[in-house]
Amino acid sequence: MPLSATTRVTLGLVLLALVCLALGDFEISAHDPWHSLGHLFLGVIQPDFTAVDSLGEALLRTVAFAFVGVGVGALAGMLLALVFHRWWVRTFSAFIRAIHELFWALIFLQSFGLHPLTGVLAIAIPYAGIFAKVYAEILDETDPLPGEVLPRGADRVSKLVYARISQAWPHLVSYTAYRLECGLRSSAVLGFVGMPTIGYHLMAAFAQGHYPTVGALLLMFYLLIGTLRLWVRPKILPLYLLAAPFLLGTGLPIMWANVTRFFTEDIVPAPLRRGEGLPAMWEWFTRLFVDQALPGIWNTLLLTQIALVATGALALLLFPLISRHFTGRFGGVAGHVVLVVMRSTPEYMLAFILLQLWGPSMLPAVVALALHNGGIIAHLIGRRSNEVTLRQDAPTGVDRYAYEMVPRLYGPFLALLFYRWEIIMRETAILGILGIATLGFYVDSAIQEIRFDRAMVLILITALLNIGVDVLARRLRGHLRLRHGVNRQQC
Amino acid sequence: MSDFVLQDAEAHYGATRVLGPLSLSIDKGEHVALVGKSGAGKSTLLSLMYDRWQKQPVALMPQALGLVDTLSVFHNVYMGRLDRHAWWRNLTTLAKPWKRDIDEIVALLDEVGIGEKRWTPCGELSGGQRQRVAAARVLYQQGALLLADEPVSALDGPQASKIMGKLTQGYPRTVLAMHDLELALAFCTRIVGLKDGAIALDAPSETLTTASLQDLY
Repeated sequence: MPLSATTRVTLGLVLLALVCLALGDFEISAHDPWHSLGHLFLGVIQPDFTAVDSLGEALLRTVAFAFVGVGVGALAGMLLALVFHRWWVRTFSAFIRAIHELFWALIFLQSFGLHPLTGVLAIAIPYAGIFAKVYAEILDETDPLPGEVLPRGADRVSKLVYARISQAWPHLVSYTAYRLECGLRSSAVLGFVGMPTIGYHLMAAFAQGHYPTVGALLLMFYLLIGTLRLWVRPKILPLYLLAAPFLLGTGLPIMWANVTRFFTEDIVPAPLRRGEGLPAMWEWFTRLFVDQALPGIWNTLLLTQIALVATGALALLLFPLISRHFTGRFGGVAGHVVLVVMRSTPEYMLAFILLQLWGPSMLPAVVALALHNGGIIAHLIGRRSNEVTLRQDAPTGVDRYAYEMVPRLYGPFLALLFYRWEIIMRETAILGILGIATLGFYVDSAIQEIRFDRAMVLILITALLNIGVDVLARRLRGHLRLRHGVNRQQC
Repeated sequence: MSDFVLQDAEAHYGATRVLGPLSLSIDKGEHVALVGKSGAGKSTLLSLMYDRWQKQPVALMPQALGLVDTLSVFHNVYMGRLDRHAWWRNLTTLAKPWKRDIDEIVALLDEVGIGEKRWTPCGELSGGQRQRVAAARVLYQQGALLLADEPVSALDGPQASKIMGKLTQGYPRTVLAMHDLELALAFCTRIVGLKDGAIALDAPSETLTTASLQDLY
């Protein structure tokens, strides 16, 4: 039996993941991992809402940073979208969105310090790059005819607003609202590098082994995201946006001397700063590349590959949870809750928790990536499966799964998985900050050693790697002729 | 000498010529009906004219109307005069229209019979209602020439006549692509018949009858 192109690609990816599995480090090194896991579960079941005096503040700051960051990002993204037909705007946007929020945060922490500006820019900059692309796509999809029948003398702003933005408005709003949810997750995670959001308090509670507080924080976070639609209404959104900048807290004042030094001296490669000329510069770069970038890239690719396949496997396994072809009404609701929790938890937060429980290795990272991304894909595929109508005498159980559903859904499934490839890689690199030897690890180490020039080069390499994977995934989708509507669920 | 002249004009679709070469001029007071089989080149000729006469105040009512579904009827009509106001005034109008504009536009909407729909988004209207909104927009826009493609195709008898009357009175010159020959003869002063992308007939309406136009089909 000849194998189809889809099957060959799938087998190739799985085989590659198995090879990577043999090469990676997946040991549970913690003394008693199940013991801690049990504690965590107890903490979630019996959360302690009194323990954090600042629980309310943590939530408030998380929301405030998300609103200001996404708001500024959306505004800048809209401006970029209007000139997106220029190649340098497209390149610039691709570049700023290829650098993860946490890397931006690390950069600004070194210059602006623990000032709210750091957190706002860390969210706003990569989001502006994403908004620019998606807004430009949405505006492109509008009907050009209303613009053509406008009186010729109308000014550009009026033409744009009346003929294009007005048409695209519902799509722009729904995408921005979706991004706001992503922003809440980004904002929460910024706490792990010192911003006063949920992540910071989570880290502190873990450090003290105070699991009931951890449980309370996690539950509050799920509640916040789960009820987003109830408290974010278009009518009151302007009010939130106006109030949010005043609720960021004061942080520490910006030392402008530091800012100048950072951008004019610290990030200039050391040999150049010391005026040692190009040969020294080349040697500096090759050593950095061979000693740090290469191992970082290797581990990032290794981990990404395993996580990609694990994500796919988990998604295929879990989508029946919300598919009406497999579950009744009650089971469907339970399935939805499971998937919502999975996809609401940021990878970084999950990896942090698992790392605390299992000790450092690639295992927590893979599990975290697979749980979060698998949850998202399972949700989208499950929804898609509900659009399928089966004949009345269709088989049930495993036969239905293997013969009726998976063959129909496999194309969209692969398309979605390839869309997430770049995101998984972005996150894999960033998980290095937690101590797994991906690119983020080397970036973080360079920053700890106050070698910002090296950190910048490594961040640039990470960005290029992300762009490369995105191109590869697009090629593969083209090769397999996979099309899955426009999927803009990106975080 | 008329400002609206086409001299040996052609239109191409890829490498194939789909229209012309043809010459045509529209004088003041002339209301021209373009008639002919579908595919004869009526719409192509209209967009060619709209393209050629960019410098003059020409209004266009395409067959697909070009309404913005998410905006209200009022705003769609207001768009006909976006060029008369500064951008900030146009933006303010999106949130809160001026009373003067409302009065003027509602009067116009009442004339075409959809005044009560003024704040309804166009996406919620029926085909006939949408066509009347587009008509109100070009009437509000004003200018030296109106180009309209099947402006009353979705309207019933009396309504179609009413709108045809308004359009031909509202502009000093009109070119209307029509498939309803009786309406064309009743409201237009001149009939231009197209066949395979060329002018097969060009005569004053009073010299023609629906029967004499059958050769075109």
